[in-house]
Amino acid sequence: MAVITYREAIRQAISEEMERDPKVFIMGEEVGIWGGTYAITKGLMDQFGDKRVRDTPISEAAIVGGATGAALAGLRPIAELMTINFGLVAMDAIVNEAPKYHYMFGGQMTVPLTIRAVGGGGRQLAATHSQTLDVIFAYFPGLKVVLPATPYDAKGLLKAAIRDDNPVLYIEHSLLYPHKGEVPDEDYLVPLGKANVMRQGSDVTIVSYSRMAQISLEAAEALSQEGIEAEIVDLRSLRPLDMETVLDSFRKTFRCVIVEEGWKSYGVGAEISTRIYEEAFDYIDAPIKRVAGAEVPMPYARNLEQLAIPSKDDVIQAVHEVLGIA
Amino acid sequence: MGITLPDTVYQVLTPEGQVVGEVPHLPPGRMVELYRWMVFGRAFSDRMVALQRQGRMGTFGPLNGQEAASVGIAAPLQAEDWLVGSYREILSYFIKGVPPLAIMEVYRGYVSARYPWEARCLPIQIVLATQVLHAVGLAMAIKYDGKPDVAVGVCGEGATSEGDFNEALNFAGVFKAPAVIVVQNNCWAISVPRSAQTAAGYIAHRGPGFGVPGYIVDGNDVLAMYQVMADCVARARAGEGPSLIEALTYRMGAHTTADDPRKYRPEGEMEEWSKRDPISRFRKFLLDQNMLSEQEDRQMAEEITTEIQGVVEALESRPAQDPNQLFDNVFETATPQLESQRSEMLLRNARTLGKE
Ligand SMILES: Cc1ncc(C[n+]2csc(CCOP(=O)(O)OP(=O)(O)O)c2C)c(N)n1
Repeated sequence: MAVITYREAIRQAISEEMERDPKVFIMGEEVGIWGGTYAITKGLMDQFGDKRVRDTPISEAAIVGGATGAALAGLRPIAELMTINFGLVAMDAIVNEAPKYHYMFGGQMTVPLTIRAVGGGGRQLAATHSQTLDVIFAYFPGLKVVLPATPYDAKGLLKAAIRDDNPVLYIEHSLLYPHKGEVPDEDYLVPLGKANVMRQGSDVTIVSYSRMAQISLEAAEALSQEGIEAEIVDLRSLRPLDMETVLDSFRKTFRCVIVEEGWKSYGVGAEISTRIYEEAFDYIDAPIKRVAGAEVPMPYARNLEQLAIPSKDDVIQAVHEVLGIA
Repeated sequence: MGITLPDTVYQVLTPEGQVVGEVPHLPPGRMVELYRWMVFGRAFSDRMVALQRQGRMGTFGPLNGQEAASVGIAAPLQAEDWLVGSYREILSYFIKGVPPLAIMEVYRGYVSARYPWEARCLPIQIVLATQVLHAVGLAMAIKYDGKPDVAVGVCGEGATSEGDFNEALNFAGVFKAPAVIVVQNNCWAISVPRSAQTAAGYIAHRGPGFGVPGYIVDGNDVLAMYQVMADCVARARAGEGPSLIEALTYRMGAHTTADDPRKYRPEGEMEEWSKRDPISRFRKFLLDQNMLSEQEDRQMAEEITTEIQGVVEALESRPAQDPNQLFDNVFETATPQLESQRSEMLLRNARTLGKE
């Protein structure tokens, strides 16, 4: 086991998969000479050359649409969007084209495409560049949406995404890049669509993913000091959604808090809590709580941005509420 | 009859300050005013970079090297005309009437209430090329209302690779909108050179492809920029439709304060372009024509330093943004849902403060 950063884990996954399979290539804005806006692809152009590591014109629709064509031709493209916000420019390619080919033509063709992008707020990049858009992509059948919270998952999920025969949107969180964790030395995959119990506990289930899973973990450590043991389920994937792991935990704790960075309305919390009401109603001991971002475009001012993003304290307070501690 | 491809670069002053084209008929005082804006733009940009280095400003994209193009874009416009640009066009915005304090506030993370509607500039756009669509839409609205105004949309050469740019040009042509679309081709889009954005020799060639006349201008020559811009604006105002201008210039600084161009720029390129510096070129012309003296030039630089210092002081005397404002302006009138989220947040804050 080596201890590496989330950033390095992503880089290793790309590099190892490119090494393993000559059909894998990456293209996007600034991925080559500059090595990626967040230095993920640093060194890859030297290692693999400019045929397999391509700097593109600034054309998000062409990056994803072009990669879809290349995937239909049998290649395994990694299309990098500089940030998920620019995915909105490529929305048709991401949600309306790539996920539909296999279905509409009787399974004759596959689109083994991986789209990588970074999302989330907290870096003072203002309203158009700080969004958590996970849910809108997860809405579309045919598109897998995965979001790693740890270096281990970052590497294993990305390798699995690249080898998957479906289009997969892989969303990173910029504040997790320096985060360190253990990663096996040998080749491994993390299956797409399988949640992870990050921490065991019997008093309350906290369901979260991406950076908010780490925030929830911090909250759980603090709660443990008060004698409250929270179980944390990191979803890892929004589609497919692994409700079994969530329900197994809930049937043990009878209480649940769902934590997401995105907006509350129509969000992950809405989905998970409804599923609990549908499938585990008899186990509910307290109303389920959602912790989510303030429903405003992300403010530019640092103090306001911090208020708009869920914090450790927000999670602790929600846990107190479901446990009836005022 | 098709529109022919432009093949000459319009120039009035050579990099050495020699007059090779027709000098626009502007009074000497106006010439010095254009020069003052150029000097102001560079000083402002340098100060913003310095403030960012000291942790007193957010990420900022310097405009150094693009002063002539920036001034030439805005100077021929009338008060009622619209100007819509990216983060690189702040100097054009100053000329149009956006106060420097407003821009400093924006980069410091404040919601600026000092972005006057009368200046007729939309907020600086960061999502590439979208503003060109908005400019064309403004132009279509001007035509719809039968007004004599013009709308100008500006973006970088990298942004021309976006569908939005090309669709905007097409709309402008189809609807014969009173629009002028300007591309500041500064050779670089972060680390990607112009040659990697398009296989075409000139971006201006795309104009005729959309039925829109295209012009190539030496963007480091403020008089050339002024003249071509003034002609295109006049044509648009006269109901003769849109134009596309490609200004050939150079980004002398980094893309933003988060970038280091030494990692990707070819050796010697910067030195080559320094010889074509827009400010020294125009200064030489003004000195040669006795429109400006060395003494006046020095005094002007001092005044500008003091002026910018005043803006920084005004900025830094502003209190931090009130947390209460988090829920302001999501909708034109706040919804009950947002009001209840606001009270919830205030309550939560009070409780956390109480615990501390
Ligand atoms: C839709 C979109 N894609 C990508 C980006 C990220 N980005 C910001 S500036 C930039 C380069 C722009 O280059 P150019 O248009 O030439 O303008 P310049 O910065 O050189 O003035 C990129 C890729 C963005 N802001 N918006």
